[in-house]
Amino acid sequence: MEIPSDLLYTKEHEWLRVNGTRGVVGITAFAQEQLGDVVFVELPAAGSPVTVGSTFGVVESVKTVSDLYAPAAGTVAAVNRELEANPEQVNREPYGNGWMIEIELADAGELKNLLSAEQYAEQVKEES
Amino acid sequence: MRYIPHTEKDIEAMLAEIGVDSIDDLFAGIPPDLRLEKPLALPGALAESELATLLRRMQNRNLDPEEYASFLGGGAYRHFIPAAVNHIISRSEFSTSYTPYQPEVSQGTLQAIFEFQSLICLLTGMDVANASMYDGASGLAEAVLMAHRVNGKNEVLVSRAVHPEYRRTIDTYLRGGDLKIVEVPFTERGQTDLSFAADQVGERTSAIVMQNPNYFGVVEEYGALDKKAALLIVGVAEALSLGILKPPGERGADIVAGEGQSFGLPVSYGGPYVGFFAARQQYARQMPGRLVGQTVDRSGQRAYALTLATREQHIRRERATSNICTNHGLCALAATIYLALMGKTGLRELAVTNLRKTDYLKNKLAKLTGYNIRFGGDTFNEFVLQCPQPADTVRDALLEEKILAGHPLGRDHPDLADCLLLSATETNTVDEMDRLAEKLEGL
Repeated sequence: MEIPSDLLYTKEHEWLRVNGTRGVVGITAFAQEQLGDVVFVELPAAGSPVTVGSTFGVVESVKTVSDLYAPAAGTVAAVNRELEANPEQVNREPYGNGWMIEIELADAGELKNLLSAEQYAEQVKEES
Repeated sequence: MRYIPHTEKDIEAMLAEIGVDSIDDLFAGIPPDLRLEKPLALPGALAESELATLLRRMQNRNLDPEEYASFLGGGAYRHFIPAAVNHIISRSEFSTSYTPYQPEVSQGTLQAIFEFQSLICLLTGMDVANASMYDGASGLAEAVLMAHRVNGKNEVLVSRAVHPEYRRTIDTYLRGGDLKIVEVPFTERGQTDLSFAADQVGERTSAIVMQNPNYFGVVEEYGALDKKAALLIVGVAEALSLGILKPPGERGADIVAGEGQSFGLPVSYGGPYVGFFAARQQYARQMPGRLVGQTVDRSGQRAYALTLATREQHIRRERATSNICTNHGLCALAATIYLALMGKTGLRELAVTNLRKTDYLKNKLAKLTGYNIRFGGDTFNEFVLQCPQPADTVRDALLEEKILAGHPLGRDHPDLADCLLLSATETNTVDEMDRLAEKLEGL
């Protein structure tokens, strides 16, 4: 189960890739496997504010619907529009083209509450 | 798949598989102080013959519709129902089957619903229709909730020309929430005041709700409405009107919620009826209710299944698009059979017949001294007659003559207390209409 070491993680299986003042968010390989085939992703409008733990969208698979939780606070700077027509990218490249939103981060210091790759790997082992 | 009850042996086998001794053990999770420890307080069982007698006696308290000439409309319309409708819906595969959650054993049910949905799309000119709602009123209320989900705005413009009971149902659904209703008046022609509506539509407007033909039987010309960013919701109470009027989808409707009773369901003291619900493709995920989709099985054969189930309550719980987790399957089937029997041409011919009959009646009554056609707008199979006396009085007098002379409007519209809402359909004969005119004149 792929868990890239350069990312930060939430308990709800989102990942965060920090690039300077911005952070890209998606869901992990474990999450997409649990969900099954993703059929729809509901994402916010650019400019929407997010806070830590707030719901920024919804991911729908054939069998269930799951909320997407923001790992950090800030403003939504970009949204992956490709997921509208190709939601299956979330399954195929959860850390690549399956990215969901990019946040203009409000406070870089906040990120210490997120899990490291090792900590997230532990959690996944427990949940499996 | 028809409903087949379990045998005692089936039940024993299942209990053994689960590992419990009795069905009661399955309720162990319910605290003892909440359990009912005595039988329900119901009268004893009746033999079939006793039951038949009881029901017959209850039935006889209703007046025999065969003995009365009826001109009642107002949301429930008298139309002839071909015998084939009842014959087919009485098949146990249809009348006893449950929700088609298992597509592998419910293709017949699913296909029938898919046909229903397809027919509704054709008739309304919309992109997607669901598997049916309870009735037009609740469907219209759900449409209002759906519009709010789509655009998040809080104000709804509702025409006062919409059926009063539909409006009360919308009120009930909105109670306790943040949505605010602003009423739009109707004009002297009996149509919704579109310029008032256009003035009111703003940033906060989620939807505009109209009915066509409206409660007064008048045809609304909403194609000219400037709805701006709001959604246009069109309610339909007389489904047969779709056989002759331009489809709402071709005139700017975003959601159509209507009553399908006219398609093969008897008036039946108010129900069961069937709501139809259709919307534009882009809003499909915000729709309430069940949706049947067409797909292929693993051999590549066409098959049907419930789809977009992630909108529904059993998956989304409190965030579902609605708490309706059912549809009026058998009623929708009746409507589907009726429409299949009528066909495109037949439906239009029937609509024209209704129009002609009502026209005849309208013209005849307009000539009576003291009586007026209250609204100048074009009508389909219903119109409002202004009487020289209170409408209740006229209605009661004609009841003595075994004529159901329509519906007095005073209760819901105090300024129309001298008005009757009359409907003439293919079931009203010329003799009946002539006699109605004669008796009205004689009052």
